[in-house]
Amino acid sequence: MEDILELRGLSKQFATHRAVHEVSLAVERGAFFSLLGPSGCGKTTTLRLIAGFEMPTSGEIWLNGTRIDALPPFRRSVNTVFQSYALFPHLTVLGNVEFGLRHAPAADAEQRVRRVLEQVQMADKRSRKPSELSGGERQRVALARALVLAPDVLLLDEPLSALDPQLRKQVRAELKALQRQTGVTFLFVTHDQEEALALSDRIAVMRGGEVEQAGTPQELYQKPRTRFVASFLGEMNWVDGIGIRPECVRVSLDGFLNARPGRVAHTTFLGPHRHFTIQLQGGELVTAQTAAAVTFAIGETVQVSWDAADELRFSS
Amino acid sequence: MTRLRTIFVTPAAVLMLVTIVVPAAIICVYSVLSRGAYGGVELPWTIENYGRLIDPLYGGIFVRSVGLAAAATALCILLGFPLALFIAQSGARRNLYLSLVILPFWTSFLIRLYAWMFLLRDTGLINTGLQSLGLIHQPLPLLYNTGAVLLGLVYGFLPFAVLPIYATLERLDKSLLEAAADLGARPLAVLTRVTLPLCAPGIGAAAILVFVPSLGTYITSDLLGGSKTILIGNLVQNQFTTARDWPFVAAISIVLMIVAVMLMFAVRRRGEELL
Repeated sequence: MEDILELRGLSKQFATHRAVHEVSLAVERGAFFSLLGPSGCGKTTTLRLIAGFEMPTSGEIWLNGTRIDALPPFRRSVNTVFQSYALFPHLTVLGNVEFGLRHAPAADAEQRVRRVLEQVQMADKRSRKPSELSGGERQRVALARALVLAPDVLLLDEPLSALDPQLRKQVRAELKALQRQTGVTFLFVTHDQEEALALSDRIAVMRGGEVEQAGTPQELYQKPRTRFVASFLGEMNWVDGIGIRPECVRVSLDGFLNARPGRVAHTTFLGPHRHFTIQLQGGELVTAQTAAAVTFAIGETVQVSWDAADELRFSS
Repeated sequence: MTRLRTIFVTPAAVLMLVTIVVPAAIICVYSVLSRGAYGGVELPWTIENYGRLIDPLYGGIFVRSVGLAAAATALCILLGFPLALFIAQSGARRNLYLSLVILPFWTSFLIRLYAWMFLLRDTGLINTGLQSLGLIHQPLPLLYNTGAVLLGLVYGFLPFAVLPIYATLERLDKSLLEAAADLGARPLAVLTRVTLPLCAPGIGAAAILVFVPSLGTYITSDLLGGSKTILIGNLVQNQFTTARDWPFVAAISIVLMIVAVMLMFAVRRRGEELL
């Protein structure tokens, strides 16, 4: 697969701070690519640079073989799903979806509108105003409005963050299905690591305006290159400067080779499994994930161990 | 809660009653009475005062007043919208610009009109300036005509157009403008397809705030229009003080009020349709 979007040394300097610094990334055609990081890491600015709402201080943006970083937003074949959805309040669902087709006339416009409204299941609500829609429906209209233009890349700025948590998981599945169905490349910005792991083909973890590591969800989880990536994706224990995932930690009453003694501090039942937080003799806390049926009493002395192969070591 | 509300609302309600409802009721009653010999009103009841309004003389004044007020409103919006847009987009400086828009209010409107007279008259700054430059030999007739009145109205009421339009523009969600550009709209299309429709309530408010006082103006037309440009306001003043025909003045006022209220409802309904 060739790359549809490429960022080369992209930087954005605002008056008071450096939002994006030397970001280089390649996004494959048809991929679901996520920019993941805490707030202020530069992920949204990166997205806005690609959309054309901000102009880069330096660096290049290549889309489908063309350099686009100097073009105004209306000349770029990318479309955005905004965090607040930004639906036009004075237009109906249909008016919103048709908005962009006026500027990019297509022979099959009517057919495309009909198809995209069906894809997002909003065909029966086409004459409603945005104020008459639920949060989930607004999000689907925002998707339809952008997808109807068949962009080279669809940019999504935390589109699930405005939804309540119960709806979020359902919408997440719908989003993934829609991406498969349309084959459009999605560039998805999120601060939710679980969301990024569940949806993405590839993830770039950002921190302080720079890309910390890019790779598949599995690579990032199993072979994090930095401490930051290791802590940001999933849970992580830190013992003597070494990282170990809770699911790799064994808890038992008998001592193994290299086992460390500790006391059970507290326990959390999580349905299919259980977490024990154990205080080691050095005072460090280690979380272990066990089967739900395993029980240790609080305050009980246990032995904690793990395979050396599961240890994660970082130079920085 | 209800008690607190009553306490808070009562003073305003009493004030409105005394200053608006009662005078309007008095005018309403006067308009269907007969003219007193030395001003004032007396019985019998009559609707003849309204009948007189159909007279072509008054009809002409009415049409001219509405036309001039409409022209002033259109000009205020045409000039006010770009200015409001500029202020809304000027970031940290917007408060400075807003103060400049409001600055003229610190001086009496009457004094500002006299200032215009000094500028526009035959021996005024503009005419003497142009003459000394040799561009004209006779003074231009700048004062005492309809154009001067229109200038005075636009000058006086422009802030009333700028402020409500600015208020809607300032509240406008910036991501809507980005979304429009993102969907392929060029700057002009963003303006006509998103900014203007969403700004309609502000433009409507601006239209009312300029049109209603322009329709009833009499100082501007009196000072800048001379005696040649008679407007409804001048007619009211004239009929009240000189002709002492109170019932007729009351009838004119009632018709003006009805026009203004109808306009307000029309604008409000249009605004609700849009949002």
